[in-house]
Amino acid sequence: MNDIVVEARGVVKNFGALNVLKGIDLTIARGDVTCIIGPSGSGKSTFLRCINQLETLDGGYILVEGEPIGVKVKNGRVHLQSNAEVARSRANIGMVFQSFNLFPHMTVLENICEAPLRVKKESRSIVKNRALKLLDRVGLSSKAGSYPASLSGGQQQRVAIARALAMEPRLMLFDEPTSALDPELVGEVLDVMRGLAEGGMTMIVVTHEMGFAREVGDHLIFMDDGYVVEHGNPRTVLESPQHHRTQQFLAKVL
Amino acid sequence: MSSINTPTDELTQDDAVDRSLLLERPRQLHIARWITAGIVLFLVFVVAHSLITNPRFEWDVVFGWFASERLFTGLLRTLQLTIISMVVGIVIGVALALARLSKNIVVAAVASFFIWLFRGVPVFVQLLFWGFIAAIYPRIIIGVPFGPEFFSVDANTLITPFLAAILGLGLNEGAYMSEIVRAGLISVHRGQTEAANALGMRNLTVLRRIVLPQAMKIIIPPTGNQTISMLKTTSLVSVLAFPELLYSAQLVYSANFKTIPLLIAASLWYLLMTSILSIGQYFIERHYNRGSGRPVPKWDRERVINAFRIRNRTQETSK
Ligand SMILES: Nc1ncnc2c1ncn2[C@@H]1O[C@H](COP(=O)(O)OP(=O)(O)O)[C@@H](O)[C@H]1O
Ligand SMILES: [Mg+2]
Repeated sequence: MNDIVVEARGVVKNFGALNVLKGIDLTIARGDVTCIIGPSGSGKSTFLRCINQLETLDGGYILVEGEPIGVKVKNGRVHLQSNAEVARSRANIGMVFQSFNLFPHMTVLENICEAPLRVKKESRSIVKNRALKLLDRVGLSSKAGSYPASLSGGQQQRVAIARALAMEPRLMLFDEPTSALDPELVGEVLDVMRGLAEGGMTMIVVTHEMGFAREVGDHLIFMDDGYVVEHGNPRTVLESPQHHRTQQFLAKVL
Repeated sequence: MSSINTPTDELTQDDAVDRSLLLERPRQLHIARWITAGIVLFLVFVVAHSLITNPRFEWDVVFGWFASERLFTGLLRTLQLTIISMVVGIVIGVALALARLSKNIVVAAVASFFIWLFRGVPVFVQLLFWGFIAAIYPRIIIGVPFGPEFFSVDANTLITPFLAAILGLGLNEGAYMSEIVRAGLISVHRGQTEAANALGMRNLTVLRRIVLPQAMKIIIPPTGNQTISMLKTTSLVSVLAFPELLYSAQLVYSANFKTIPLLIAASLWYLLMTSILSIGQYFIERHYNRGSGRPVPKWDRERVINAFRIRNRTQETSK
């Protein structure tokens, strides 16, 4: 069981009367890159947000590294997790948003150091060292003292990736990380993600970049209307989609 | 001479417009502006003349008392009231703002009721209530409701005029500050909280480290205005016989009957203090507007100079 990072079974999520996730099953092994594609509104973001509890489940369960998300089992009974426990499990999962969400009142370095200092309470020198190494890795060593507003979208997103990595997560979630970027800036972010994948990071990536899914992805999932419609090897799914709705979607985007 | 740009060829010779004149722009003279300024300056002169020559202002008495120790002591009490009431108001304001944004509807509803009550009743009336608290609750008792009491004190001993003033001004201010703080909090994008939560930060850390610092941009400028306003509102406390600036002046003129000079002396102190706070406010706003793209209001001096400067029309329109 140790090499399974995410195990989702029958995940259901409703927003009021709106049934957004209708029973998602998914298993993700350590080191795998799983890309999720699908039309807008199909529930991709919602599923990602369920994994780190930005949304609560209405049905089914998710295990991350064998630990149930949102609940705990004690003496044969299921209890809700406390806020502290929720925060602790989130600390092991990195998330990168479409809109970057860097903290505008902090410099790049402060953005990266904030969570390790406040959440993990690590020592300042260790955190700063790691942050500078991460900045080097995303190619932004010269921007440590800059404020987010002075960076391009691509640079901001690379900082956001470094910020998530500073917590040394065991799983990284990406929600359309390049969708808000000008086309010429998409490449620099995808390059960082490719490097991360080669380094063995377990990643779930919601994306419209079919080239990235084909080259970097180990699995491709097509979601539509709250269901996983098709799941397989990226090349196979992209080149010979089995399901009618996958064919329709790919015909539109490719 | 036959260049196509110069208007000297035969075809344009008969034209009614002499193009060489157009190279020079006429000056804009702002005649209406100069006339209005003249009239207003004359009115100012009339008022100033009466201020100086009317002996009933008794300027020597005004300045004598302006610099007196009694008014200065009153001024210090006014400043003390202003600062403490603002601190109390801000603390209550933050608490009420968070309560109103709470998912707990009972907490949110009680906070809304509090705000409705304390904003709806004039602060002067609220001060009177606090002054007469002993008529409502003669004894103030600390203990378990309907159970044993640990501590009991005469309300008139506990609620001094000073405490009544702080309660009245602070609670009223809290109701206003809560709206300001709430506007600041909801101005911070939801993605900021989500990103911080996703990094494993607890709600209190998110509030303190991520949301409040960003909300400050919205909260600080109106808080400055509230402080200036509070400085003047403290004069209402004179009704509680607390010797702040106004009541100190009243005590003096009730003895020597120099009513107008003492009211002027007190007013001069209020003007001086609000002016100092306004200058501080200008710099604070400039600091928090930096980088946000909103223009910083200019000093009036520049506006005056610009308005009367005689300029070419072209400069005027291109500006
Ligand atoms: N907080 C929310 N409240 C109500 N409806 C929501 C909320 N978040 C998402 N939805 C709805 O859920 C559906 C799926 O959204 P989402 O997961 O963002 O889709 P995707 O990421 O695939 O485009 C959409 O119809 C969206 O309007
Ligand atoms: Mg989405």
